[in-house]
Amino acid sequence: MTIADMVRILNARVLLGEEKLDTPVHTACCSDLMSDVLAFVDEKTVLITGLTNPHVIRTSEMLDLKCLVFVRGKVPNDEILEAAAEQGLVVITTKATAFSACGILYAEGLRGVPVPLEWNAEDE
Amino acid sequence: MDALIVNTYPVTARDYTSAGHASADIKRRLKQLGVGGDVLRRVAVASYEVELNLVIHSDGGRLELQVFPDRVQLTSSDVGPGIPDLALAMREGWSTANDEARSLGFGAGMGLPNMKRNADDFDIQSEVGKGTTITMGFRLQ
Ligand SMILES: Nc1ncnc2c1ncn2[C@@H]1O[C@H](COP(=O)(O)OP(=O)(O)OP(=O)(O)O)[C@@H](O)[C@H]1O
Ligand SMILES: [Mg+2]
Repeated sequence: MTIADMVRILNARVLLGEEKLDTPVHTACCSDLMSDVLAFVDEKTVLITGLTNPHVIRTSEMLDLKCLVFVRGKVPNDEILEAAAEQGLVVITTKATAFSACGILYAEGLRGVPVPLEWNAEDE
Repeated sequence: MDALIVNTYPVTARDYTSAGHASADIKRRLKQLGVGGDVLRRVAVASYEVELNLVIHSDGGRLELQVFPDRVQLTSSDVGPGIPDLALAMREGWSTANDEARSLGFGAGMGLPNMKRNADDFDIQSEVGKGTTITMGFRLQ
């Protein structure tokens, strides 16, 4: 899947990075908790989030993420978009809720970051 | 061995606007030195987590970057309040973050475990009333 495919599937608007829509997308992560993102994600992952503050951009910078998807039609303010532009991020926004956006993308073949489902001793 | 680069970043408590700037600078500098890929990402993640903890939880402190020919070292030190139960603090999901920090996307209780996972060496010392010092080492291949 490419970012262009995501835009089509989610009927999204492209806020930044129109020229990079052919970038391939490998996995996705959906969270409003930045440490969760920092725990599981690599640079080929798309971040789906409802949080539109500067820390989302800074977290993306730390991980070299390529694409951010804001849900429920959220659009971050200009200052945040400028910071995202400086990093060369593709930023899109969809009317879908976080749950639906994930479900739609999953149905089309996009997968989460693989994590083992087994419980281990540390969990007890 | 003397460090090639030493840089110190003061970090102000509750300054959410500037939070993350030190880590962004650390990442840029290491990149300029030719550090890349997996190590760069691990340093960046650990640095961001430790910097945000200084902002969210400490009474103020500093982050120090040291670059040696074969490793990168990050040291975070603060002036309090210290951590009463380190084992609890290191547990995934444990957090005392306030509502303001939570509204910004922090408080998953994942920061310290993330640091430990990403660093090749991780050490944390804390004394209530005195402060917390975290040292993290990253091997350069
Ligand atoms: N420098 C510090 N000074 C005092 N307490 C700290 C410090 N760093 C961490 N803590 C304590 O340890 C707990 C766990 O920290 P950790 O970074 O793992 O999670 P968090 O900061 O609460 O949430 P997250 O990092 O997921 O946003 C914190 O909630 C806080 O109680
Ligand atoms: Mg933290």
